[in-house]
Amino acid sequence: MSRYELRFSGAGGQGLITAGIIMAKAASIYEGKEAVQSQSYGPEARGGASKSEVIISEGSIDYPKVTQCDALLAMTQEACNKYSHDLKEGGVLLVDSDLVKTLPKGNFKTVSFPIINTAKNDVGREIVANIVALGAMVALTGQVTRENAEKAVLSSVPEAFIELNKKAFALGFDKAVEASA
Amino acid sequence: MSKKVAFLQGNEAASYGALYAGCNFFAGYPITPSTEVAEVMSVELPKIGGKFIQMEDEIAASAAMMGAALAGFKTFDSTSGPGLSLKQELIGMACISEIPCVIFNVMRGGPSTGMPTGPSQSDVMCAKWGTHGDHPAICLVPSTVQETFEEVVRAFNLSEKYRTPVLVMPDEIVAHMRERVVFPEPGEIPIEPRRTPTVPPEQYKPYDTSFGDVPPLAAYGSGYKFHVTSLNKGQDGFPTTKAEWVQAEEERQVRKVEANADDIIEFEEYQLDDAEVVVVAYGSTSRSGRYAVNEARKQGIKAGMFRLKTFWPFPDKQIKALAGKVKGFIVPEMNLGMCSIEVERNAQGKAPVLGINRVDGEPINPDQILAKMKEVI
Repeated sequence: MSRYELRFSGAGGQGLITAGIIMAKAASIYEGKEAVQSQSYGPEARGGASKSEVIISEGSIDYPKVTQCDALLAMTQEACNKYSHDLKEGGVLLVDSDLVKTLPKGNFKTVSFPIINTAKNDVGREIVANIVALGAMVALTGQVTRENAEKAVLSSVPEAFIELNKKAFALGFDKAVEASA
Repeated sequence: MSKKVAFLQGNEAASYGALYAGCNFFAGYPITPSTEVAEVMSVELPKIGGKFIQMEDEIAASAAMMGAALAGFKTFDSTSGPGLSLKQELIGMACISEIPCVIFNVMRGGPSTGMPTGPSQSDVMCAKWGTHGDHPAICLVPSTVQETFEEVVRAFNLSEKYRTPVLVMPDEIVAHMRERVVFPEPGEIPIEPRRTPTVPPEQYKPYDTSFGDVPPLAAYGSGYKFHVTSLNKGQDGFPTTKAEWVQAEEERQVRKVEANADDIIEFEEYQLDDAEVVVVAYGSTSRSGRYAVNEARKQGIKAGMFRLKTFWPFPDKQIKALAGKVKGFIVPEMNLGMCSIEVERNAQGKAPVLGINRVDGEPINPDQILAKMKEVI
């Protein structure tokens, strides 16, 4: 049974819980796989390190939390320090290159690009940094197709912001492919 | 036609389960980690002509739901530990007055306000013994989001069938995690109707046992006038201290649930056929248990799991039968040992019962269970 474990981490307010929910929704509703999303839930939701965990599997999922992380997104140095300890050998780490300067050592692939600045400068709104990051995670993990992930994004955002999120998702996806080449 | 699917939190699924079961009245007071239930009900109930009331506190919320239930509504309420403590007085009244209602209690750290955002399973004894006096108790403990939907529907059915309050109690992990829910079509899960009187109003008695252990319940406002009290009562609903009535009524109230335990108790047996070590678990902890059983089997350990879906009445018969066959029970739970008391009571010394207990707000991970299995084998 293929069990794939993702963790989206950063600071409270960066939209990482939402990014995790959309990833899980893409897998569960659009890709036809099984998926569970859970999150740390507490004072850290209002600042400090926050995380959202997603398990994706072909078969039914028992334990809903990460045991050994296949893919980690870290949007702050604090989150990177706190949540990279259980990153699997051969796994993937995606960080915002402007915010995470000290990278953990280990036998995994690290991909970095300026995620928040991509949202701010290339998409035009910093608020969609989470969707840029989601696009990148979709590209790097290969657990859901680009099309299905995009469907999940578009079904999760308000009508007026569809184009903005579409652009953010596409840029994140393409930049991750570029950065990991 | 394909069924409607959605990616939902356990709490959201609970609300849709209540609506599926015909709930048309919600009275509550918001509390972490169950507030999403009230949020969904506040949006959905007005659309179907139902009533949503946020009361001034948890006690008033319970009183409102019980009043509505007596007026013929199917009522729902959501809360968490501190709220469950406040509600105990009214839960006792619902037991003795035999008022159907469903209370959804998400378990967080306790006692008192404890750890509002941390998961726990430490309310399971409160579900039975929280209110004083002899009384029936039904408590369901779902472990997935889909099951949360289904168990809320079942809770409504049981509360109508046995005319008694029913508790549904997921831990915070199940309540807040998201999974796919496939909604059943209307009618796919049968809905238990309230048994109303067949006699004319002048002949009606609210606790008339000539109709069996669960007397029909009229709705206030439908022409039937009857008295409801929290005191011990006679068949006409008026207070009594008449010894034989009080004894008979107390026994009937408990019997209507206990004698139907086989109808109420649901469970899942996982890899039990040749199991030497059996995990007894419920809620999110059973998900860790299943993971551990699978890992143990890979290592050649004959492990299995008995998963509770109904915590009360407790599956005494099933645990007793297992006790004679296994080398030991492992009871992982997010409390300092509550289910393990019940397992020990039923094991009757025939098999050791080893608890794994966490109250630090972290889930019990599969490795802890696997390590404990190796102590038994």
